[in-house]
Amino acid sequence: MEASGHSDAAPHTGTTIVAVQYSDGVVIGADSRVSTGRYVSNRASDKLTPLSDFVWLLRSGSAADTQLVGDYVRHYAEQHAMELDREPSVHTLAKLVAQINYANKAMLVGALIVAGWDTARGGQVYGVPVGGTLVRQRWTTDGSGSTYLWGYLDSEYREGMSRAEAEELVATALALAASRDGSSGGLLRLVTVSSGGAERRLIPGDQVPPFWDELPAPGKTPPVAGEAMVEA
Amino acid sequence: MSGIGTGYDLSTSTFSPDGRVFQTDYAQKAVDNSGTVVGIVCNDGVVLGVEKPIVSKMLVEGSNRRAYAVDRHAGVAVAGVAADGRQIVNRAVQEAVSYKNLYGDAIPGRVLADRLASYVHLFSLYWYSRPYGTASLLAVYDDDGPQLYLIEPSGAGHRFFGTAVGKGRQAAKTEIERLKLHEISCEQGINEVAKILHSVHDEEKPFEMELAWICEASGREFKRVPAELAAAAERQAKAALADSDMED
Repeated sequence: MEASGHSDAAPHTGTTIVAVQYSDGVVIGADSRVSTGRYVSNRASDKLTPLSDFVWLLRSGSAADTQLVGDYVRHYAEQHAMELDREPSVHTLAKLVAQINYANKAMLVGALIVAGWDTARGGQVYGVPVGGTLVRQRWTTDGSGSTYLWGYLDSEYREGMSRAEAEELVATALALAASRDGSSGGLLRLVTVSSGGAERRLIPGDQVPPFWDELPAPGKTPPVAGEAMVEA
Repeated sequence: MSGIGTGYDLSTSTFSPDGRVFQTDYAQKAVDNSGTVVGIVCNDGVVLGVEKPIVSKMLVEGSNRRAYAVDRHAGVAVAGVAADGRQIVNRAVQEAVSYKNLYGDAIPGRVLADRLASYVHLFSLYWYSRPYGTASLLAVYDDDGPQLYLIEPSGAGHRFFGTAVGKGRQAAKTEIERLKLHEISCEQGINEVAKILHSVHDEEKPFEMELAWICEASGREFKRVPAELAAAAERQAKAALADSDMED
């Protein structure tokens, strides 16, 4: 996101968010850095918000804007589920996010991703940028750190990956972005959503193997590059 | 026959001492005296059939429609006051459109039935309007498969494997109960519906049959049964009726 030099800038989730569809569901992930200008106001924030048990929102851009959108859609989702008498579909909740984005496009700043699992269509990832677009994708990434990931994900994504492969892909992508993007960093949060529900994972920042030219976290034995970051 | 209201039947917003809303009972009478409407859920879809007595030779065939598509995946056949039925169909279309606009998905059958029932029920609450004199058979094919719902003038909504309303409903329901619905496809279903409508109809008077379905053969889209198939079903129904007459 825009790295403003002013210390009174609005909190921005200068962010990396990634969502990937795999054989049985989706794996989503985000870094945890929130910056106000050059100051890191929160180094352990949670940018992965549940809209329902099976549908999650990945937030990048203005922290306030994206939190409010998430709050509204979670409320609508709950009401909708009562009339529907079942879990709402991923597409429906993504559509609700898009509706709010479109109606408020002059004011909102940020890019959102909605991803989850439902019985009708399985794992799904939807890009829902501010503006009102709704587009389903096999994988997508957004936030300031995403610029460093398009090439990586283009070359590394495979159809029908296993859960472990998808988790490793997302974790590595987030780590790469955090190492290059000043507005991304902290710890890595992952959520895997499948027919069994959602499962959260946390990868502390010092458990990420250093990439090219990076210094390891001081005072600790760095993890070995190539070893899996995500515990099976 | 009809309960003598003795003052409790003058307003929709008045209960009788035995807990009836007479106006909805009277609305039900309009349905009970109208042409029979039949609906059955087969293993691959839903068939709706309407018995339309021909009131005048000057009527163009196919006018006075009683079965309407509400959305691609849903349709309604109405019994009772036909003009009231038209309004209920319009409401169903509005519900389907607004749901699609807001949620981006086709309205599920269960939700549409619920909304229609709530709408019809609304008119049993206020003194300034009368209830709809219509029963609506709603046929839907969505992610949960084929479904059939009946919405009565009181606003009660139920889901059925097969049901009938109108003049010949008792005989029709008896026939429907004999069918093994999960063993027949809609292509066989239209024959059964045609047979039922012909058997419950009073033989003296001519009538027109309207058949509509939503099934695999229709591409899961609510449509009138194609003319050739409908004609074949009618021929087969008349033949079956003639056979059973000869047996007597």
